[in-house]
Amino acid sequence: MESLTNSLEQTESATWKKGVLDGLPIAIGYMPVALTFGLIAGATGLTVMESVLMSMIVFAGASQYMALSMIALGSGALEIILATFIVNFRHLLMSASIHERAEKSSKKVRAVYAFGLTDEVFAVASSQEAPVRSGYIIGAGAAAYSSWVSFTAIGFFAGSFLPGLLQESMAVALYALFIALLVPSIKKEGKVVIMLALLGGVFHTVFQLWMSTGWAIMLGTIAAVILFEGIDRVVLREVDEE
Amino acid sequence: MSMTMFWMIVGMGAVTYIPRLLPLIMLNTENWPKWSKRMLSRVPYAVLGALIFPGILTVHENLLFGLFAGLTAIVLASIGVPLIGVVGGAIAGLALVTYLF
Repeated sequence: MESLTNSLEQTESATWKKGVLDGLPIAIGYMPVALTFGLIAGATGLTVMESVLMSMIVFAGASQYMALSMIALGSGALEIILATFIVNFRHLLMSASIHERAEKSSKKVRAVYAFGLTDEVFAVASSQEAPVRSGYIIGAGAAAYSSWVSFTAIGFFAGSFLPGLLQESMAVALYALFIALLVPSIKKEGKVVIMLALLGGVFHTVFQLWMSTGWAIMLGTIAAVILFEGIDRVVLREVDEE
Repeated sequence: MSMTMFWMIVGMGAVTYIPRLLPLIMLNTENWPKWSKRMLSRVPYAVLGALIFPGILTVHENLLFGLFAGLTAIVLASIGVPLIGVVGGAIAGLALVTYLF
């Protein structure tokens, strides 16, 4: 019976569905962010086509917001593209990490799920037992993407159709998602996870005093992982010497 | 849509996609030393920490409200509530304290 359930779980469509289901919290989290993006895009003077096209092709919240503020400031297209590159450079690190965790698959499949690897999709996919199935990553990405694109359009026309209190409160959605992803790992692996997360948070807080969020997240993560490796080695060496 | 706007959006899309794609199709980590793989496997936890802090303190003017919503999420996640319930609970928690205070 158990082997039957296992083999059922491993079918492609089931993997895909699980990805979509786990992507739903991301979809909810993106809702207020995309609504607001659509609303501000309209206010900045973009047409509905331009706003939705940007969400369809770029699919990166922070850089899309940044593009709007740069457009409003009268920046040129090349400047905006360069700034986008700098903000999204951190994805090199996340893609390298998911590469280590994902199942073997063709380059074509990897090229498909790479498109959907936002911070949130990366975080959800990384919380899966390795090897992470390609269908799972694609499913989670598709759920996030549909929400991002459709709520950009809805936001353009009706940004504030949700009651103000609810809209404000939804700002916490993505943070709650990150916490929900972290807690099971803490339960399983204990203080390793707590220390890494704390170091990541502290370094990010410090670095963002001098640099943009994209860089601060990437350099904060690198600093946290390196410092932890150092601590780990010193502690391990002491244990070896004892 | 102006041509400049169109190409700007395409350019933004390209510079977003490339860093997401390159490591996945170019890296061959099989022969990498153990320590580097170990460090890569720790990236998600550090990223999660960086994504939570300090952002969660800014969801409301009063940073205690953000902390309260975060604690709600921690409690719900600890007792094994599914992802979507944790997210819904934290939203409800924040709405409640905002409404009450």
